[in-house]
Order: sequence, then structure tokens, then C-alpha cells
Amino acid sequence: MSAGEAVPVSQSALQPGGPVGDTLLGVTWVLVGGGTLVFAGVMVLLAMSMRRRHGNPVDLRWWIWGGGVAFPSVVLLLLFIYGEWHRPPWRPVPPRDALIVGITGHQWWWEIRLRDPVSGTEAVMANELRIPVGRPVYLGLASHDVLHSFWVPSLAGKMDMVPGRMQHLLIQAGQPGTWRGQCAEYCGTQHARMALHVVGEPPEVFAAWLAAQARPARALPDGEAGAALARGRAAFLANRCNACHTVRGVAEESRLGPDLTHVGGRIALGAGTLPMGQDPLAQWILHIQQHKPGARMPASAQRMDDATAKDIAAWLAHLQ
Amino acid sequence: MKEPPALPPLPSALPRPAGERRALEDAWRSPPGWRRLSAVNNVHVGAFYIATAMLFFVLAGLLALLMRAQLAVPDNDLLAPDTYNQLFTMHGTVMMFLFAVPVVEAVAVYLLPGMLGARDLPFPLLSAYAFWAYAIGGIVFFCTLFFGASPDGGWFMYPPLTGKEFSPGRGADWWLLGIGFIEISAIAGAIELVIGVLFTRAPGMSLMRMPVFAWAMLVVGAMILFAFPAVIAATTLLELERAFDWPFFTPARGGDPLLWQHLFWFFGHPEVYIIFLPAAGLVSMMIPALVGTPLQAYRAVVVALAAVGVLSFALWIHHMFTAGLGTLSMRLVSAASFAVAIPSAVQVFAWIATLWRGRVQRDTPTLFLLGFHFTFVLGGLTGVMVAVLPFDWQAHDSYFIVAHLHYVLIGGMVFPLFAALYYWAPLYGGHRLSERLGRWVFGLMFGGFHLAFFPMHISGLMGMPRRVYTYAGDLGWNTLNLLSTVGAFIIAAGVLVFLFDAVRTLRRPRREHGNPWRAGTLEWLPQRDYGVRSIPQVDSREPLWTHPDLVAQVEAGGHWLPGTAFGGRETLVTSRREARPQYLLRLPGDGWRPFMAAIGTAGFFLLLTAEQIVLAFAFGLLAVWMVLRWLWDADRVPPRPHAEVARGVQLPVGAGHWSRSHAWWATILLVAVDLTVFACFVYAHLHVSMAAEVCPPPGAALPSLHWSLGSAALLIAAAALLWRAGRSLSEDNANRQAGLRARVLGALLCAGGAYAIDMLAHSRAGLDADAHAWGATVATLLAYQGLHLVILLAMGGFVLARSWAGLLQPAARSALDNILPMACCIGAQGILGMLAVQVAPRLAAVG
Repeated sequence: MSAGEAVPVSQSALQPGGPVGDTLLGVTWVLVGGGTLVFAGVMVLLAMSMRRRHGNPVDLRWWIWGGGVAFPSVVLLLLFIYGEWHRPPWRPVPPRDALIVGITGHQWWWEIRLRDPVSGTEAVMANELRIPVGRPVYLGLASHDVLHSFWVPSLAGKMDMVPGRMQHLLIQAGQPGTWRGQCAEYCGTQHARMALHVVGEPPEVFAAWLAAQARPARALPDGEAGAALARGRAAFLANRCNACHTVRGVAEESRLGPDLTHVGGRIALGAGTLPMGQDPLAQWILHIQQHKPGARMPASAQRMDDATAKDIAAWLAHLQ
Repeated sequence: MKEPPALPPLPSALPRPAGERRALEDAWRSPPGWRRLSAVNNVHVGAFYIATAMLFFVLAGLLALLMRAQLAVPDNDLLAPDTYNQLFTMHGTVMMFLFAVPVVEAVAVYLLPGMLGARDLPFPLLSAYAFWAYAIGGIVFFCTLFFGASPDGGWFMYPPLTGKEFSPGRGADWWLLGIGFIEISAIAGAIELVIGVLFTRAPGMSLMRMPVFAWAMLVVGAMILFAFPAVIAATTLLELERAFDWPFFTPARGGDPLLWQHLFWFFGHPEVYIIFLPAAGLVSMMIPALVGTPLQAYRAVVVALAAVGVLSFALWIHHMFTAGLGTLSMRLVSAASFAVAIPSAVQVFAWIATLWRGRVQRDTPTLFLLGFHFTFVLGGLTGVMVAVLPFDWQAHDSYFIVAHLHYVLIGGMVFPLFAALYYWAPLYGGHRLSERLGRWVFGLMFGGFHLAFFPMHISGLMGMPRRVYTYAGDLGWNTLNLLSTVGAFIIAAGVLVFLFDAVRTLRRPRREHGNPWRAGTLEWLPQRDYGVRSIPQVDSREPLWTHPDLVAQVEAGGHWLPGTAFGGRETLVTSRREARPQYLLRLPGDGWRPFMAAIGTAGFFLLLTAEQIVLAFAFGLLAVWMVLRWLWDADRVPPRPHAEVARGVQLPVGAGHWSRSHAWWATILLVAVDLTVFACFVYAHLHVSMAAEVCPPPGAALPSLHWSLGSAALLIAAAALLWRAGRSLSEDNANRQAGLRARVLGALLCAGGAYAIDMLAHSRAGLDADAHAWGATVATLLAYQGLHLVILLAMGGFVLARSWAGLLQPAARSALDNILPMACCIGAQGILGMLAVQVAPRLAAVG
């Protein structure tokens, strides 16, 4: 998948992407169907009660004990059993073959950590998680600052991320696809622009991707193209972008902001704010506060010219 | 038709002496012109109260329109994110705290005395004070929006986002202090209403003959007394963390963000039913009148109201279904969330059964009631859906919840409220609102509502989370959001038509309403400033239906208390169950003290938020001084010990003592509120103790047990001395109360000594409130006890002053009676607090 290409994404619980999503959607339809029936029944009774005269009134006990007590009790008891039956585990135990992923919520982006089983290296990424199709994924969810909530509706329900605690969630992709998720617990100014993408891939594609993510940043090519990218890298360092961002193999002094080692390969920029690409990256660097007001990164329009921003953007887009 | 039962002879002989009605009018005449603001009579305060609450309804609705305008199209930049976040925070806060709860109390203040046959509520100054504190505080709080200084942490104010680190501005403080003190006003109102329902019913109106709305307010009043303390405790803790860096919610120092959620939702869930139950009570009053038949299954409806009240306290965790709590508690709460549907179903079927029996008058109130049924049943069913754990996992914090909560709150409360405004409007000036416009109002509000909120169910399931200021355009939410926006503006049009008609109708010249719906309850008797001409003897639930000539008898003065015994404002106090006349209660007249006290209280809290400390305390002193002045005059020895309230019936004048006095019961309720706040602090302490790895945490230590026991002994001694003082009032010569004063003084010294010992013990143990949440919760318990010591000293000083002034008499002794419950409260808090601190480490070790 190349950068900048429009990816059809779904953030809908009505379009499940795996077994958990399927179960939850099944429960949804049962509840919607049952609820509609009960609603229609009560409304018919209400409409009938508005007629002018009733020859022989219904015995009050039928109303109160039948309609008010017995009927809801039976329905609710069945519903409770049904809900328990289909309930995903609250504190899941990781299955033996599960992929284990650490996700930390930040204002307003997602830090994602995965260990490559081949090299043993931990890959740190942001706002995009790829998972192997058919394999359960065990998420450890934490927060760096305030409350957030992890929610990718097609794959599972949501789980809050609470500072000082570690929460867990099991997700699984049933087929290849790209799904969008969004923070579901209000977390401040840019709560609305805190999205992430989850991509389900065949296991071998995933393994190759993970191995690539675990490697340090891509080297520069030779020749003129390489020289232009080197200008961008130098400008990145000269403007102290590395005071917050890590690019493994180039600058690793701070993890305040998202890890940019393979940023060019991601679907989106700014936790779902813009599509990835060289132009959006330059826009982002210069005018982030227009695209995502309140984001923790300062806009650079005042302190660098457009050419410098373009150089940096070109280098970042190259980091795939 | 059944024959009306044979009447016993009327309580008062007819005809009444000339001039009796005139004296009644003089005693209750309200001040003219702008001085009407000093009126304390429930019909005036109630009308101001309803108008103010409706003002906040309109204001918060305008905020919603701005939000919907922003969300009409994707990636809209009409509003900046921070502005939007302030708007949704203020919309929720104002609707919940400044509209929904106040308006149900307001309607109750306006209607309840009429329904009960009382001339006024038992503490008119208190209701005036509660109203003004709410009105002044609420308006200042709302105005913070114009300075961009409003809170933006959501109406639920979850820390750590609302802590100093992530919300350094003053917005969160406005919320915590502003809303915190408006809660105090809500509690004052609740005490007033509970005592009113229990003590001021017309003779013969036993509990089971009470109008359902009175039952609803009794249940709701009790719920307020136990639910609101939790939010007061929570706001206190968060404000302490913000102001003094006591780390209750900071995980790095042993705090826990979930502690806030537990406390907030322990209040927040009952809050929903505090809003809904009064509306249900109103529905149970209106349907019988509109169909001309008594409410079916009255007992079942009453039991259902009480059951909802109790169950609602077991539900708070369902707001935390996605917070990763234990399986067992989840299951229990899920089951309780289901169970609460049963009493609601009982009420719905009782209403349908009533409609089934009678002939329905198809007027605007009926339209709103049908709209209520339609919407509320749908919202109730989505409520059952979100109680199913796997479904809630998706729906939680999505627009599905936004839809659900507006279905139950607008459907369950706003539609009944509008039905009620149409139904009871004639009580104000004798005129009904326009039927023709009423159909438009209903059509616009009902249609607009479903257009606005039904699509949100779908956008929620399609993944749209709550509280987002914008959204991407490629997620399939665009049309749904546009529909919601159009619907919101249609609702607003309906409200606008209503306001136009309401202002037009209320300005028309007053006339007799003539009971337009042919209703059967007492508020439809002819009422003036003094209420009814004579307080009717009641022997059924719909007295006006049972006795068609009751109106004429009451107007002629043939029932209880047809005039005024002493030329002032008076009402009857009756027994709690059977409503037998107990004593004559003399009520205070109009005056500026409640108004000034409210200005002082509001000024204190608001200036404190603005960090104008000196000015704040000046306002605080004004409030205390005004309250002391009104209390000083509240308990006077009556001119005669007995008064005739009906033919041959002499009742004592003024409250008896202890449990015979309504004022003593009010003090008991206040102590219950106090202890509930205290229980919340103890809960906070246990919560952080259990979460700590070692307890007490490194660097902290428990105070010596011996010292604590000594302090407990002194507290018991204080309560015992006050008890003795209470007993001695009748024995001592009323003019020389040296022994009594010595006992009161001794009690105050004991209580002060106990507190000094506690403080010393903790400071020797090295208590540090900033270092760890454990120390912070201990310090909170101590500070709360200190506040109570100050109150006890003030109350004791008040008793001593009255004793010296010769105002403490066997017939005017409430100051002395009311201090004992407070002393017992302090004793209980001291001992339970000590136990909590001493036992928690042992519990934590076991756990």
C-alpha cells in the first residue's frame, strides 16, 4: 500500500471485521428486533386505550401484574442470560498464540509498541496498528496523561485507558481490511482528532511489515535525490524536531511526540487528521495549529520557510 | 355513580364572622412592585423559581443549537475546538444542574402546598434563600461563557483532565465551587419539600390519600438527601486537589481517577431518576383529571416510585462498564439496571389502564402526555439495550448514548413538564394557554425531537463518539448529522412559539380559573396568596370529585383554620401518617433576609473562585449574619399557648419539642446529609488505602490509638452534657439557667478538646496531605470534623446567647433541641473516622 492512496475505511459497528465484531453485531440485531416488537406492542395498547368507550374493561391485575411485572421480568431474565452468554471476557487471558501489543494514549495520539519475534527488537509506532488476520491480538492499554478509551468498532467494544492502571482487550481480524478507531473517552481539546487505523493483513505480510518496523530508519539513496533528502534530515535536526520525536537510527533522545522512524508508510497523519503524503506533511509542519488547534506541537510557519518545510516533509515521506 | 358519603358536620361553624377573610388577606399580602423580590410566599417564590429554571432551559438550548450548527457538516470550522468543548460542558451542566433538578423543585414549591391544602411550605425563608442562591449563582456561572472562562472538562468533570496539570485555568474551579454550592441549595429545597409533605397535609389526608406527586417528591427529596452529598464530596476533593495539591486522583502519588467516577456516578445515576420521578408524579396527576377517572393501581404506582428510588442507588457502576472493573460487580449492576425497568413498566401500564377506563380529553396536555409515552417507552427500551453488557461495549460513549439520554430526559421529563405547564397554567392567572398554538408547539417539539435524536442511534452505531467538535466526512455520518441539526432548530421553533404564548397569556388580567379540567385534587380549589380560605377536611384521594360542594364549603370558611389566630401567617401541622392536626405553625412574613443571605452565600463562593479572598469572606459574613438574624426571630414564645383552629379544637401553638417538632426532623435530615458526605470521605479513604501497596504508605504513620480513644471519650461526654442540658430546661427556673449554660459550655469545651487531641495525635504521627493520597484523605476527614466543630461552636454560642437574653423557654426551645443531633453527628463522625483510619491498614493487609 503506498502512501497518500485513499483507503476505504470503516468505523462502523455495523460492518464487523472479525469474530468479536460479528458477535456484538448479532447481539445488536437481536436487541433492536426485540425492542421494536415490545415498543410496537405498547404503542398498540396505548392507541387502543385512546378509543372512546371500552365495553368491558380489562382487569387491573392483568395490567399491573401481567404487563408491569411478569412480562418485563421474564423478558429481562432471558435477556440477562443471553447477554452473559455473548459477553466477551472482562479481564481476558491472552490465548497462547496471541500477538501482544502495548498501546498508550496520549493527548491526542496513540503510541503503539510491538516486539518483533525474529529480531527481538521492540518497534514503537504511532496511530497505526497492523495485525495478522485470524490471530487473536491481546492489547495492553495504558494512558500517559488523562483518560482515553480505545475503540475500533468493527473489531471489538471499547476499553477505557486509565492513568495508573493497565487494562486489556482482545481483538481479532477475520479478514484483510482497514478499520478506523477513535478515542471514545473525552480527553480534552482535540478529543475529536484522535483516531487510529488498524490494518488486517495475511500473516506473512504482517511478519515482513513488523520486521521492517523494528529496523532503524531507512537509509538515504545515493545521488541527487539523496542529497535533497539529506537536506531535509539536516533541517529536521537543526530545527530541533528531535527534541520530541524519535527517528531510530537518526535521533533517539526524546519520546514526547510520536515515533517517526517509519512515518511515511502510515495511512494518515496527526492521528487521522490528514492523509499521509509529502504535501500534507509540509502543511502539517507549517500550519499544524490550523489543522489540529491545540495540538502539543507548535506550528513552524514563523520560524522556517516553505522550502525547509518541504525538505523535511520529503525526508519524512521517504521514511517508509 | 356512587352516592357521596354522608358528611360529618363541618369543622368550623358557618357563617364566618365579618373581617376574618380580610385579616387573612392582610397577613398574606405580598409587597408590591419591585419589593415583590422580598416575598417568601411559595406562590411567588415558586413562580420566580419556575421562570428562572425555564430561562436556563432556553439558554442551555441555545448552546445546543450552536453545537448542532457546528456539527451540521463535517470538518466545520464555525467554532474553535475549545469553544465547542466549553459549550458541551455548559450545555450538560446547565441542563442538569440549573434546569432539570431546579425545575422539579420549583414546580413542587409552587404546587405542593396547594395540593396538600397547606398555606405555605414549613420554612418559607429557606425556600426563598434556596431559590435566590441558585438564581444568582447560576446566572454568574452562565456568564463565564461570555469571557471564554467556562469549564471545558465535560459535565462529568473526570480527572485527571480536570486537575490542575491539564486544566490550569479557572474554568474547572467555576464548575466545582459554583455547582457545589448550587447543590447545597438543592438540598435545602429537598429538606423543605420532605418536611412539607410529611407535616403540612390537610387534616385527614393520610399517606395513602396523598396526591401521587407528593409521593414522588417525598421519594425524590429523600434521594436528593443521599445522592447529592456524593457530588458535594467529590467536588470538595477535586477542588482540594486543585487548590492545595492533595493528590486524591493523581496515580503517581497513590490517587485514583476512578475514585471520582465512583463518587460522581453514585450521585449521577440517582440524579437521572431525581429528574424523572417528579415528572412521573405529574403524569399520574394529569392523566386521571384528563380522562375523568381515578388513577388505576395507586398503591402499585407508589410502590413503584419508591422501588425506583431505592434501585437507582445500585446502578452507578453502569456508567463505568468500560472502565475495566471486576466481573461480579458488573453482573450485579447489569442485573439491577434490568430490574429498574420493572417499576417503570408498572407505572406505564397503570397509566395505560387509566386511559383505558376513562374518556380522554384531547387537549394539548394530552398531546404532550402521548408524546411522553411514545418517547419515554422508546428511550426506556434503549436503556434496557445498553444494560446488556456486550451491547453497551459498543454503544458506550457513542452517539447512541446521546440519543438514549435525550429520549429519557426530554421524553421522560421535558414533555411531561410541558404537559404540566399547559395543564396547571390556569392556576397562575386563571387562563389556559392557547390550544391552537399548543398544537403547533407540540407538533414542532415532538417532530423536531425525533428528527434530531433518532438518527443519533444510527450515527452512534456507525462509530461516532460523543463530545467531538467535528468529524471526518468519509465515515457515512454526514446526512445523519445534518438531519439532527435541522431537527434541533425545529425544536427551538416550538419552544419559541410556547414562550410567545406563555408571556401573552400570563400577562392577561387575573380571573378565577373555574377548574377547567374538572380535576379532583386540592390545588384546583380557589387559591390566593394565603392558599385556600379554609383548610379542607379530606377523606379521599380526589376530594373535589367525592364532595362536589367542597369548593363552596372551603370558600365559605367552613373547614379548618378559616382565619388567622394571631393576625400573622399560620398553617396547620398534622401527624405524619394519618394527618391528624398537631399544632399551629406560625410562619415568618416577607423580608429581605433570605435574599441578602443568598447574595452573601453566592458572593462567597463565586469570589472565592475569582481568588478575591477578603471580599469573599466579607460576603460570607453577610450570609452568616443574615441567617443568624432570621434564626434569632424564628423561635418566639407565642402570645397564647393554644389557639382555636376549628369549632371546639384547641391546638398548641408552635412546635413541640424533640420528635414532635417538624424543625427537629429537618435537623435530623440535615445531619443525615452531613453524615452521607462524611461517608463519602470515608469511602475515599478506604478506596485509596486498599489501592496502596502498603498502608499507611511509606513515610506516614497511624496516630496513637490511646489518643484517639481519649478524643472519642470527650466526644461522648459532649453529647451527654448536651442531652442533660436539654432535659434540664423544663426543670430549671426558666429565668435562671446557670446550670444549663454550664452544661452547654462544658459540652463545647469537650468537643473542642477532642478535636485538639485528634489534631495533635496526627501531627505527632507526621501527617502529610501532599505526599500521598492516603494522607490527603485523612486530612480531609480531619478538616471536615473541624468544619463541624465550628458549626457546633456557633450553635452553642447561639444557645448561650438566647439563654442570656431570656429567649430560651420551655415553649421556645428549638435552638437547644437542634444542637443535640449536631453533637451526636460530630461524635459519630469522630469515632467512625478514627475507626476508618485505624482499621483500613488491617483491611488492606487482608485484601
